[in-house]
Amino acid sequence: MILAIASGKGGTGKTTLAVNLASVWGAPVQLLDCDVEEPNAHLFLPGRTLREEVCAIPIPQVDAALCDGCGACSRLCAFHAIAVAGATALVFPELCHGCGGCAMICPRHALREMPHRIGVVATCQAGPITLVQGKLDIGVPTATPLIRAVRRQLRPGMAAILDAPPGASCPVVAAVRGADLVLLVTEPTPFGLHDLTLAVEMLRQLATPFGVVINRIGIGDDRVHAFCDREEIPLLAEIPDDRAIAEAYCRGDLIVEALPRYRSLFEDLRDKVAEILKPAGV
Amino acid sequence: MKVAFTTTGDDLAAPLDRRFGRAPKFLIYDTDTESFEIVDNQQNLNAAQGAGIQAAETAVRLGVSCVVTGHCGPKAFRVLTAARIGVFSSDAPSVQEALERMRLGQLRPLLSADMAGHRA
Repeated sequence: MILAIASGKGGTGKTTLAVNLASVWGAPVQLLDCDVEEPNAHLFLPGRTLREEVCAIPIPQVDAALCDGCGACSRLCAFHAIAVAGATALVFPELCHGCGGCAMICPRHALREMPHRIGVVATCQAGPITLVQGKLDIGVPTATPLIRAVRRQLRPGMAAILDAPPGASCPVVAAVRGADLVLLVTEPTPFGLHDLTLAVEMLRQLATPFGVVINRIGIGDDRVHAFCDREEIPLLAEIPDDRAIAEAYCRGDLIVEALPRYRSLFEDLRDKVAEILKPAGV
Repeated sequence: MKVAFTTTGDDLAAPLDRRFGRAPKFLIYDTDTESFEIVDNQQNLNAAQGAGIQAAETAVRLGVSCVVTGHCGPKAFRVLTAARIGVFSSDAPSVQEALERMRLGQLRPLLSADMAGHRA
């Protein structure tokens, strides 16, 4: 069972939801921090580091003696990471996604793939929670291969919660694709609604089931509620706008431990998720 | 010798576009025949990334000896340099004016990229 937590708008409470849900899961669970540009779930779940693996993507290197500048590689590359100038090909490693297509298509076998480090995948154990996080190296613009590397740590048969990056672009798609259910965390403001709308469009295109969690109830207006009603999107939880929650978060505390009165909120959400996924048998 | 001018228009009177990668068109001027043709660079306007690289590849494919534009980023510059295409910067208001200045030898060759990529 894979439960992904995404949002559209940043700063709505994805990590808060992910770490607290994982804490009340009641069974061994994997928590995958796919927000590889700024992973932060570990701040709430101090644990023992089990291993750290370097993630590298294959970047082509041109053998100028073999390359005749035919341009097959350049025409194939969707990211323009390889260009042909005169009699040879030039590689732009910062644009390469490491798909390997250019080396495969090169008729003269002039491209050799060399590993190019983009970050690390770290695994920690915090009680029953196995936390896997991707840490993208500073200055690396391409997050998706590292997100896929984090997802390769998914263990079949074990429940997993995925903390996705914000937005509705490639890194989010890489994180949520194939999830059994996505929770979209938003806030009841015009910004929250705007970005929620984009995230909903994205998930509908991916044909992934989803529900909404509204955080910071009490601020803004009721247009997010109206949107969910109109679009028949299940509203699975509402978290109040409480300064005590923000303070606990800032200290790196779990809400379910620092503020026990909110524990049932996360347990109820866990049970609703289980109920939604039960008919699917996942 | 063929020279590529970046432009938004369809003739010599058209403005010289300051952008290289995201200029909508190239005016390719042939100094031997004193004629020109317009080549579309439109696919680059909406490219998320690699617009400069693609535009430079177009210039290479067209067999130009140099390009005349406003600014040139590092990736496009690398491709053009590798293909031994000269890059000239001009603040001329029109292609015609840039062409005149080129004939008078008044254009400044760029020795390195003079602009950061749009995608850092």
